[in-house]
Amino acid sequence: MTSVLYDAPGPVARRRERWGSVIGSVVVLVLLAVGAVAAARNGVFDADRWDVLYDPPKQTAADVWRSLLVTGLGATLRAAALAAPLALALGVALAVWRSTRLRALRIPAVGVIELFRGVPVLLMMFFALLALKLSSFEAVVFGLVVYNMAIVAEILRAGLAALPKGQAEAAYALGLSRPQTLFTILLPQAVRLMMPSLVAQMVVLLKDSSLGFIVGYQELLKVIQNNSYFYGNNYAFALFTVGTVVYLTVNLSLSWFARWLARRTSAQGNPEAVAEAAQRPGTGPGADAGARPV
Amino acid sequence: MRTMRRRGAVAVLAASVLALTACGGDAEEPTEEPGAGEETTDAGGEEGAAEFAEGSTMAELSEAGSITIGTKFDQPLFGLVGPNGEPEGFDVEIGKIIAGELGIEEDGITWVETISQNRESFIETDQVDLVIATYTINDDRKERIDFAGPYYEAGQSILTLADNEDIQGPDDLAGKKVCTVSGSTPEANLLENFPEAEVVPFQAYSDCLTPLRNGQVDAVSTDNVILAGFAAESDDLEVRGEPFTEEPYGIGLAKGDDEFRDWVNDVLEEIFEDGRWTDAWESTAGTVLPTPEPPAVDRY
Amino acid sequence: MDAVFAAFPTYLSGFAVTLQLTAWSAAIAMALGLVVAALRVSPLRPFRFFAAAYVEVLRNMPLTLIFFFAVFVLPQFGVIPPLGFWTAVLCLSTYTSAFVAEAVRSGINSVGVGQAEAARAIGLTFGQTLGEVVLPQAVRTVVPPLINVFIALAKNTSVAAGFAVVELTAAGRRLSQGNPSDTILLLVGVVVFYLLITIPMGVIAGAVERKVAFSR
Repeated sequence: MTSVLYDAPGPVARRRERWGSVIGSVVVLVLLAVGAVAAARNGVFDADRWDVLYDPPKQTAADVWRSLLVTGLGATLRAAALAAPLALALGVALAVWRSTRLRALRIPAVGVIELFRGVPVLLMMFFALLALKLSSFEAVVFGLVVYNMAIVAEILRAGLAALPKGQAEAAYALGLSRPQTLFTILLPQAVRLMMPSLVAQMVVLLKDSSLGFIVGYQELLKVIQNNSYFYGNNYAFALFTVGTVVYLTVNLSLSWFARWLARRTSAQGNPEAVAEAAQRPGTGPGADAGARPV
Repeated sequence: MRTMRRRGAVAVLAASVLALTACGGDAEEPTEEPGAGEETTDAGGEEGAAEFAEGSTMAELSEAGSITIGTKFDQPLFGLVGPNGEPEGFDVEIGKIIAGELGIEEDGITWVETISQNRESFIETDQVDLVIATYTINDDRKERIDFAGPYYEAGQSILTLADNEDIQGPDDLAGKKVCTVSGSTPEANLLENFPEAEVVPFQAYSDCLTPLRNGQVDAVSTDNVILAGFAAESDDLEVRGEPFTEEPYGIGLAKGDDEFRDWVNDVLEEIFEDGRWTDAWESTAGTVLPTPEPPAVDRY
Repeated sequence: MDAVFAAFPTYLSGFAVTLQLTAWSAAIAMALGLVVAALRVSPLRPFRFFAAAYVEVLRNMPLTLIFFFAVFVLPQFGVIPPLGFWTAVLCLSTYTSAFVAEAVRSGINSVGVGQAEAARAIGLTFGQTLGEVVLPQAVRTVVPPLINVFIALAKNTSVAAGFAVVELTAAGRRLSQGNPSDTILLLVGVVVFYLLITIPMGVIAGAVERKVAFSR
């Protein structure tokens, strides 16, 4: 790891860093220990706070794990698996619509994006349930799709804006039409450039499925809640801890998968270039937004 | 080559998503053994199916052999679901009896969680045939749906810590923090009739217990039966004073389906008489609460 | 329709709470996020590690779960926060600080390499380089994504409705409870109030973005 912000550490700095690490670790460990002692005094680690995971007082451990991992996580993934492709497809469509040259045509797209970007997902789901009369599952998917398509459109717009002007100019010079330029030259590059942001947004989408409680959708967090009502508040810590671990596992593997995908699909040569470029608003979102290349 | 391998990866991902989806679907099917519902079908039984008038909701449900009932999934004693996905409680028993009268076995019942905010809309959109979910009959709701029943009469009351001497009734709530559910009838009652009380709204009544024990709120207020369920589970909680509202619990069904409503009312009157209502109570809420007299059905 | 007009005071008080939640959480998240971002690019490896873990955990957890921990689990460790507004601010600002840190970090990366090199060449320390040279320049590129983070924050305050805060969404639920037949209209009212916060923020983000682009 090299950085422009500081020199590569020399022997003195390295020694200092080692001491810093030791002291820092000790401080962190002491804090953790204090927390653990306080928790233990309140009985947080007693078996009767945790046995719900291996020997629950009612029903069986298999039931508990099945409800968490099959019913709960299954419902979360099902909603995300349907909503993510829809949000991406509609987001691309919106981004294309927003990049049309005619101002009058562009304005409705801006309106749609601003509207859906500005309303809480929670309310969109609630609205779908009450006004559009959708089922819980459909309402969750609807809320996730309309919000995330607006964000995807914004991300892609930033990606398009960040491409060097020469790309479009060269395409036109070759005699490609505007749609051809957009779909074969600019959009693929924009998608690749913004891959990290797009994946981060899909993680947000997955997490937001937990807002389905407002319409009574039985996803992971709702199942955890129901289980903690069923077994009593004593088990809240154990169940929420499991929930955190599951969410982190799923989301981090998603991010990891995306990084792997980006490495495999990126142009030959420097695999970090793409991720690096997108991390920098200097060449990424917002940089050349004024000079629209299309 | 690169493209091929990439497609392969995507296909594997898609397949695993599908597999998960399939598992998720399976889990929601009732896992009851066939025949488990036989006991409750004795009164209506198979021959009951023929009795219903052509085209009535009863005939349709009976012929389909399946019914969808909305209930609470987080209400101890009335509708509470465990990790195996099968709800239990008084509301659930009432639902099973009604389904039985239609000749529908227990594994023909699909239970759907209805929360306070979606009960009316689920009925209006036919996502459920009935809602039995500690559902108070009131005129505002009658504008959108109809109620059979009541099948139970609750009333709003107060729960405090057992060692709290200050709060003996609703009039003592002035200046106190009272926990209830956001957007619920009890919340509206408190705001209107006891404006001095400081209302602290959560998502579910069970959420109120931790703050109560930690002294972050002074009391919890909702229907007495819900509070009694909490008090019965732990010694440190007590229900205080007499109920100060009337909350008749009804069975929600589609607006204007008078035939169905009359029929459900008939069933309720029948089970009030023949003791099945009492049995249902005693096997659920009755384990911790005294058995009340059945209420009178209100055929409005 | 009358119900919507009669509901105006309820809307306004909910709107006021939503605004305060947003403002306090934004301020605290900003401060916290700057610190975390600085740790994330610092020369000390343990700091970088801690900051990365902080960001990754918070970014990959649903906000609702964070609320659950604060309200139901923290008391088990002997920490009993005052219910309602400040707990909500705590949760919202902790959650948002991870996103702020990410936005600021990418902003720091966007400042030309030469700037930091020059700063170090004239003998500035890491703290001085970051605080006096890099961050002031990073602000320009960081502002638009930051505003987007704060737009998300404004909307996330709606999650607090389930945790003892009567903000806009909770106010809307109260209203629709009293008028079941006007639920949809009342909901549209809530949406309009959210847009009153988020659309101006979006417009500002757009304007800043254009200005930054031209000044380069």
